[in-house]
Amino acid sequence: MAEITIIEAVNLAMARALENNPDVVVFGEDVGVNGGVFRATDGLQQRYGANRVLDTPLAEALIAGMAIGMAAEGLRPVAEIQFMGFIYPTIEQMICHATRLRNRTRGRITCPMVLRAPYGGGIHAPEHHSESTEAIFAHMPGLRVVIPSSPLRAYGLLLAAIQDPDPVVFLEPKRIYRMMKQEVPDDGEALPLDVCFQLRDGTDVTLVTWGAMIHETLQAADQLEAEGISCDVIDVATIKPLDMATILNSVAKTGRCVIVHEAARTCGVGAEIAAQLAEYGLLSLFAPVQRVTGYDTIMPMFKLENDYMPSTERIITAVKKTLEEA
Amino acid sequence: MTNEDKKCVAQFEIHYTQLLNQQGELVGALPEFAASAEALIALYRTMVQTRTFDTQAIALQRTGKLGTYSSSIGQEAVSVGIGSAMRFEDVLLPTYREYGAQFQRGVEMSEILRYWGGDERGMAYHAQPHDKAITVPIATHVPQCAGIAYAMKLRKQPRVAVCVLGDGATSKGDFYEGINVAGAWHLPMVIVVTNNQWAISVPREVQTHAQTLAQKAIAAGIPGEQVDGNDVIAMRHVMANAVEKARTGGGPTLIEAITFRMHDHTTADDASRYRKQAVVDQHKLLDPIDRLRKYLIQHHDWDDAKETALLEACTIEVEAAVRSYLDTPPAPPESMFDYLYETLPDALQPQRDEVESLGKLKRGGDHNG
Repeated sequence: MAEITIIEAVNLAMARALENNPDVVVFGEDVGVNGGVFRATDGLQQRYGANRVLDTPLAEALIAGMAIGMAAEGLRPVAEIQFMGFIYPTIEQMICHATRLRNRTRGRITCPMVLRAPYGGGIHAPEHHSESTEAIFAHMPGLRVVIPSSPLRAYGLLLAAIQDPDPVVFLEPKRIYRMMKQEVPDDGEALPLDVCFQLRDGTDVTLVTWGAMIHETLQAADQLEAEGISCDVIDVATIKPLDMATILNSVAKTGRCVIVHEAARTCGVGAEIAAQLAEYGLLSLFAPVQRVTGYDTIMPMFKLENDYMPSTERIITAVKKTLEEA
Repeated sequence: MTNEDKKCVAQFEIHYTQLLNQQGELVGALPEFAASAEALIALYRTMVQTRTFDTQAIALQRTGKLGTYSSSIGQEAVSVGIGSAMRFEDVLLPTYREYGAQFQRGVEMSEILRYWGGDERGMAYHAQPHDKAITVPIATHVPQCAGIAYAMKLRKQPRVAVCVLGDGATSKGDFYEGINVAGAWHLPMVIVVTNNQWAISVPREVQTHAQTLAQKAIAAGIPGEQVDGNDVIAMRHVMANAVEKARTGGGPTLIEAITFRMHDHTTADDASRYRKQAVVDQHKLLDPIDRLRKYLIQHHDWDDAKETALLEACTIEVEAAVRSYLDTPPAPPESMFDYLYETLPDALQPQRDEVESLGKLKRGGDHNG
């Protein structure tokens, strides 16, 4: 079996969904003939037709609103927003409608839609193409926010998102779209949502992260391992709703926790994790929780983006700080 | 270079339909459906029913038994015309003055009261599986209407999605994004702009410099037309043509229905702050119910006895709905969790448990107190 990248796994999952379920419709800007600016939908229009894989007008609120309408009629829309920097016009549709449709109608009308978008920095992109603002969506009741970090999880979690009976925002870490390859069997098997994935088992410290930061976090874990420091590494994957049980279990074992995310620190998802650790895991902790995050600044343009984003070194420093405590 | 030297590459016209003038006199060709007394009386009945409902709902709000309420008084012909031209399997995306259409489509009066009484169960629409609940954020339902219409088109269903919005809504981007894709994708949808002249306190002429709202359709490449929204015969006629055109593959239409908001924006508003009573009084002369009544008296033997009987029947119906609304016990507090997701995520269970136990404590306390 050939190994594939995350972007190829995203494509494979959409093809599988289109193949298996006639209700699946894929649409967005440039997703048709062009196959998406990152090629996420490459070849899908040719295979499944322009009625099911289609280019929309350039209007993001429209894309989200149409997904809601299609979902309300029982289709399984998979809508693409070209970059997360352009997702903000969808917020009204998501918070006022997608998340509320089931609740407003007491279950009469539901909204099984997926809103996909590439997100995050590190690809030397133009202004507005590098932010990580997942916390905005994580704050919306009724929504799921899912972020894959490997080809296997991209395939399995996107299928799960498409099958989910409720709206899902699926954010793809574009910096690692082509960074790694894995064998991904195209078996149509979804992975579970709402649970963290344990990537490494360790005893000294818990590293909690998601998205592209998995890469730096695993690098840090490797370097620390060489120094005799053993890390539990958790990929949160579904940041809303949050599987705190896995994180709390890990911290009960290690007593130390470092949270790593690319997004700005204040009110980032790391803040929620830290708050819940304080509420439910304080007595397990030997040291204050550390956060290694983007800063509370505007995401700088690409000359300075690496100074903004957490580095392996910053993660290692934070881990060592937690170990300095008794 | 003057315009005379330039080549005209496109020209557009906006047409207006009125069939009954304000005296209730026929001023155009009577549509086929309107030859039947029964059909006209049905329209008349729903308009009267809607006004009776609106009047009672305002009274309930004034006596503290209902939350803020938005009435459709004066606009009944628009919503009744819309509802009467649709099939049950079509989809209506209403805003908050389309009770006349909603009642025809199976939405219960008690449900509308529950909604404005602060209860989500008022959007369950037990007898209407297709329609969206009332949309509050202005124009956000236009893109959704396009999505619904696309689903119908993809599945080759002979159905139509109908989106109703106000004059103020045509200033919003969502409106334009929605009608633009309706044109681009030739969708089976009808957009009705209920031009009641007021977006809360901002009058139509301050809202936009466009000569008509119907012409906004031209930019989207779809036909736009005006209709006298206080003439229910014209309203139903224009609407039925647009709906059947959309149903048979003819694409979308935008209808601007000219009417007037006779009441405050909502019961929380005081329209006397921004518009003169004289203007409102002037529009009373254009009342849609009076107009059809005049026609019915003249052509279909409508009389005081029939009028009184109708008013009584409507009052009885509304009073039954009010009783049902007032007799509905509040939903259990923990039900706020029960329609958030199909299955409540584990992460939320402790919060639901907390609300449930606090609710029990409170109810127990009430009994003891």
